[in-house]
Amino acid sequence: MISREEVEHVARLARLHLDEEALERMGSELSQIIDYVQQIGELDLAGVEPTAHAVALTNVFRKDETWEGLSQEEALRNAPNAEAGHFAVPRMG
Amino acid sequence: MSDGHGTNGGYEAVIGLEIHVQLKTNTKMFCSCAVTFGEEPNTRVCPICLGHPGSLPVTNERAVEYATRIALALDCAIAPHTIFHRKNYFYPDLPKGYQISQYDLPLGVGGHLDVELEDGSTHRVGITRVHMEEDAGKLVHAGGATGRIHGADYSLVDFNRGGTPLVEIVTEPDIRSSEQARSFLNQLKNLIEHLGVSDVNMEEGSLRCDANVSVRRPGEPLGTKTELKNMNSFRFLARGLEAEIERQLSDLEAGEAVRQATVHFDPSTGSISVLRSKEEAHDYRYFPEPDLVPIVLDQAFIEKQRAELPELPAARKERLIEQYALSAYDAGVLAGSRSLGDYFERVAAEGDAKLAANWVMGDFSAYLNAQGLAVEESRVAPEDLAELLELIADGTISGKLAKDVFAAMAESGQKPGRIVEERGLGQISDETALEAIVAGIVEANPSAATEYRSGNKKVMGFFVGQVMKETKGRANPQLANSLIRKALEG
Repeated sequence: MISREEVEHVARLARLHLDEEALERMGSELSQIIDYVQQIGELDLAGVEPTAHAVALTNVFRKDETWEGLSQEEALRNAPNAEAGHFAVPRMG
Repeated sequence: MSDGHGTNGGYEAVIGLEIHVQLKTNTKMFCSCAVTFGEEPNTRVCPICLGHPGSLPVTNERAVEYATRIALALDCAIAPHTIFHRKNYFYPDLPKGYQISQYDLPLGVGGHLDVELEDGSTHRVGITRVHMEEDAGKLVHAGGATGRIHGADYSLVDFNRGGTPLVEIVTEPDIRSSEQARSFLNQLKNLIEHLGVSDVNMEEGSLRCDANVSVRRPGEPLGTKTELKNMNSFRFLARGLEAEIERQLSDLEAGEAVRQATVHFDPSTGSISVLRSKEEAHDYRYFPEPDLVPIVLDQAFIEKQRAELPELPAARKERLIEQYALSAYDAGVLAGSRSLGDYFERVAAEGDAKLAANWVMGDFSAYLNAQGLAVEESRVAPEDLAELLELIADGTISGKLAKDVFAAMAESGQKPGRIVEERGLGQISDETALEAIVAGIVEANPSAATEYRSGNKKVMGFFVGQVMKETKGRANPQLANSLIRKALEG
């Protein structure tokens, strides 16, 4: 069971404000997710190398050659706020 | 007071540096957007570096090669198996909510750099790790009066820089003073400049330096450290470190413990501000980047990169001493900057190396400093300086006049031969012409001539001065001397 403090901590790191009801719900949902993932602990994995990836590929590289990316207009198209070619975001700190 | 040299009232400073170097690749670390500077905002971006859902990063092969060369030049062991991690934090300059970086399997570990200190001794600084990551975007704080974060109404974000390949170099806590830190960074910068994989320019941000700083009594365990951020020039690095060391010492003197924190140096006031509690800010929840596959570097790849390493500064210094018979000091200065060393070697290729070294370190460097120019921006091409030295060597102009010609070259970018010709500066080595001038001067100054003949040889200087005045400094000095002596002594 994930503790209330842990939920608050993770919410703070994610810059989320959770009210009392949401804190409760998140705690219960996160606990379910963690319980689900922990099923893997029931398997005997002695002698199995830990892997970071599901596919057995290595060294997938790109040549150092440029492409035409997005235009400024395209880049900003989904921005809720933009100014002078920039994304405009709420003030920090 | 902190003197920047080791111990203060029985305490010593313990400093480790974290250096970020922007690689000079054509494209970003994980997408093919061009790495360029000074473009219109958000015009070097794509779905990958903007973190759009569904986009996938692919590693830039050249960035891995460049990073490997840096690690090799620092004598690191290259990891045969290395992976990327996600470093999770929320900030508007980071569109994905994480930075792709490396964590427990960095590219290189366990290296060192031998730093030459001002007193000529060598100090070894251990390199903990060298790893690859991507740069963040750039934030501009709009509104408010100060242009800084506090007081801004909102922030503007430009992602052109976002995703630029970075190499992070982390040192062991082997540095004991601001002066050592400065020497280390200077020599690291020069090393990477020699590798040609980065512009390593602090003012432009392609070289950045943070420091972990603590104080302790020598021999005791490490004290609590603070992280000093964003010192964007060599001068601020030294001043920032001194200010932070002093702040910690005064805390201790007041009987307070040093608190773990991130601190900023404000160059305008010379003071340190404490930013935020470290524990919370540093919960990055690293995990392996599932969108990128592991990198396996075999011996053939590593040896190929090693073969690509150019001559490094320490070896270059030795060679300059050998090849050009320079002093250790001169060779150290010239090998202390790749561009200056290259310039010197092009000048020296055509003539007297010692003379070339004197000019490159003297008038040439003074000119760059006065104009605030980089070597590459000089209006005096190395071939032109070589030509000037040739004019001195063959007696066309005196060393003294050469300084004026050099000033004219620096101003106009013209060839020295042309300046000498146009201004009629060529040295008068025509014996008949000089003889006539000398005869006239001796005739016009009978009393001085008598004085000389009666044994006061010092009057010689007066006659030389008169000849130079008459010829506007163009008389060949050796010839003038011998002609005057001949005229006076008969």
